[in-house]
Amino acid sequence: MPRAGDPTTSQLSAAFRHRLNRIYLWYTLGFVLFVLVFGALEQMGLPKRWIGVIFLLSTVVMYACIGIVCRTTDPSEYYVAGRRVPALYNGMATAGDWISAATFIGLAGTLYLQGYAGLAFIIGWTGGYCLVALLIAPYLRKFGQFTIPDFLGERYASHVPRVIGVIGAVMCSFVYVVAQIYGVGLITARLIGVDFVVGIFLGLGGILVCSFLGGMRAVTWTQVAQYIILIIAFMVPVVWLSVKQTGVPVPQLVYGSQLEKLSEREQQLLNDPKENDVIAAFKARAAAYDTKLKDVRGSLAQDRRDAIRAVEELKAVNAPLADIQAAERALSLVPKNEAAARELWTRLRNSNDVRAQPLAGMPPHGQQYEGDPNGNPAQVRAYDESRLNFLALVFCLVVGTAGLPHILMRSYTTPSVREARESVAWTLLFIGLLYVTAPALAVLVKFEVFNGLVGSSFDALPAWIANWSKVDPALLSVVDVNRDGIVQLGEIKIGSDIVMLATPEIAGLPYVVSGMVAAGGVAAALSTADGLLLTIANALSHDLYFKLFDSRAPAARRVILSKMMLLVVALAAAGVAAYKPVNIVFLVAGAFSLAAAAFFPALVLGVFWARTNRWGAGAGMAAGLGLTTYYMIRNEPWLRGVFEIAAPVRLWFGIQPISAGVFGVALGFAVMVAVSLLTPNAQPQARTFLDRVRYPNAV
Amino acid sequence: MLENRRCMTEPLTTDSHRPYWQRNLRLTAGLLAVWFVVTFVLPFFARELSFRFFGWPFSFWAAAQGALVVYLLLVSYYARAMNRLDHEHGVAEGD
Repeated sequence: MPRAGDPTTSQLSAAFRHRLNRIYLWYTLGFVLFVLVFGALEQMGLPKRWIGVIFLLSTVVMYACIGIVCRTTDPSEYYVAGRRVPALYNGMATAGDWISAATFIGLAGTLYLQGYAGLAFIIGWTGGYCLVALLIAPYLRKFGQFTIPDFLGERYASHVPRVIGVIGAVMCSFVYVVAQIYGVGLITARLIGVDFVVGIFLGLGGILVCSFLGGMRAVTWTQVAQYIILIIAFMVPVVWLSVKQTGVPVPQLVYGSQLEKLSEREQQLLNDPKENDVIAAFKARAAAYDTKLKDVRGSLAQDRRDAIRAVEELKAVNAPLADIQAAERALSLVPKNEAAARELWTRLRNSNDVRAQPLAGMPPHGQQYEGDPNGNPAQVRAYDESRLNFLALVFCLVVGTAGLPHILMRSYTTPSVREARESVAWTLLFIGLLYVTAPALAVLVKFEVFNGLVGSSFDALPAWIANWSKVDPALLSVVDVNRDGIVQLGEIKIGSDIVMLATPEIAGLPYVVSGMVAAGGVAAALSTADGLLLTIANALSHDLYFKLFDSRAPAARRVILSKMMLLVVALAAAGVAAYKPVNIVFLVAGAFSLAAAAFFPALVLGVFWARTNRWGAGAGMAAGLGLTTYYMIRNEPWLRGVFEIAAPVRLWFGIQPISAGVFGVALGFAVMVAVSLLTPNAQPQARTFLDRVRYPNAV
Repeated sequence: MLENRRCMTEPLTTDSHRPYWQRNLRLTAGLLAVWFVVTFVLPFFARELSFRFFGWPFSFWAAAQGALVVYLLLVSYYARAMNRLDHEHGVAEGD
């Protein structure tokens, strides 16, 4: 890198890069060797449970060690890693930051269940980086402070955008971090066999050691390490599956042909009479609940009488204690009152309805959108709505990517504007490796399930089914609904969160691969959680406390305060995750809508339209964030429950609440432009600011 | 534009800064147009574009892989073009 400064600095940074290259090369080799050694030990008879424990603990301990080595109290090191992370490594760290539990654990499963519709996440989560690179990253780097609210506060010379920025950053990062901690809990519960809540707190320890001690500096170097593990862990099972099915080790190139075969198999299953039996069975169950719902009071009384009689009869004949306890448990599960009964039975009717669909409710994998543009009016409507929702979701994800504070913050850690631009390209390359592979994984796993599991005998169910059902029956259940002893597709209920984690077992790979995938999932969750926690803690300590209340606070106190915040926020997030909020995928995508509405208009107009002023920015941010939040709370079932909304769901243009950001961003831009034009343009300071961020050599 | 003149009297924004910014805007707009087509226009016509493409329906492949390749090209082209532009206009860091 010539021109990066005087020769000594550039020589120093070259030496630094060489050292990094060497360290991470050895690290990667070490990890591969570690996996191979345990692969060999497994063959010699090392128990599976031990493999899981060792993989999880040793990786987490290693991240903790990096955290301890990189501990710091210097603000520049703590907040922005000293601004000397080379483009390639910053790209890799951002990729680790970016690839969250939702991506690593959930994405392949979402693609498995939704087919083409799931590709909205692929386009959205990669396309957003074009906006980051072209509209935001270089200017943020040139600005060169510590946080995103910093940028807003300085650009608009006002505390209002800064405070709304803090609120937005805390809201979307908190929602996001809950999802990460949930992911860690899920993996540890399955792999070590501990309770879900214990798993959460184990994961929390791993997150905290790193970000608490070393801030951005420790987090950056750990994220690089975590990226290396997670990308290897993601690739190995897919490549293995690809070799097994096609003989070619490049799944991304060959899964097109598997997709064709899969589509043929889908047609077979659609016409299979046994599948229709299963569908009829679920329809009957749904109808039974429907009948109960017609007379809730009567059915409830009947259910309770039946349950009480069952207990009494068992007691009368001195039945085994276990049987009596089971009957008592059944009695305690009878709904307490009519409202509860109505709620439960409606839910059960709907869930049975959902399962009474062809192909277990999954659309044909390659089919774009539901319905039919040339069919009857209902089909045309379904087609238009599903296409509109696809595009709306893509919009929210791309714009949200360019508004997520924990990603934008990474622009601050590069040494120069030039490297900030290059860093985004590296990030996109590194995350692209995973995003190109995930759709391939979904097709290959689906092929495996449709041809291996479907049609096999219930007597010979593989062990992983029982193991995963034990963790959470909502995630996986395989029950012989039509009692023919053969597994039908309609009898498999699989949640999107376990497809990736179960892939090695579905494909019949050695258990060491499962351990590696779990370690990869934990790496993905921890690396993202670290970045998010730092973002929240910095927004609270730096932007709220330091900038607003005590601008003379010494640097050391700011760092200590940030660390305290981190601890509090982490515990709060773990507390929420322990409740297992049902809609974790919704929450993550919701975070993108919030980020899009809160930040994108103010950041982009702030750089590209000099006329934007503090009143416009404040009003636009508040309006965008407010509208997005309102639309979600008003229309999303889980949030409606939490906030006890009684008013009927009213969707605008049929847009699902997950894409609420469409309205928020549009309103945000409109309000920002209108209010800015209506209020005085009185900011010579804004002009100086713009010259400073637009031209790389301006001071 | 009064503001502009004010700026030009300041030491750090020289005559070459305005054209630099204009060229940056043109480049950004051009790349974003390509980005828009790949991100929104192609998926809009997904059903129509489902001819066979090495085994994939074309729009499936475009969403799963093609778009990503285009994004990567856009971002790396922008980084290279802007780094060159910085030097042509003498606004690179350290100049």
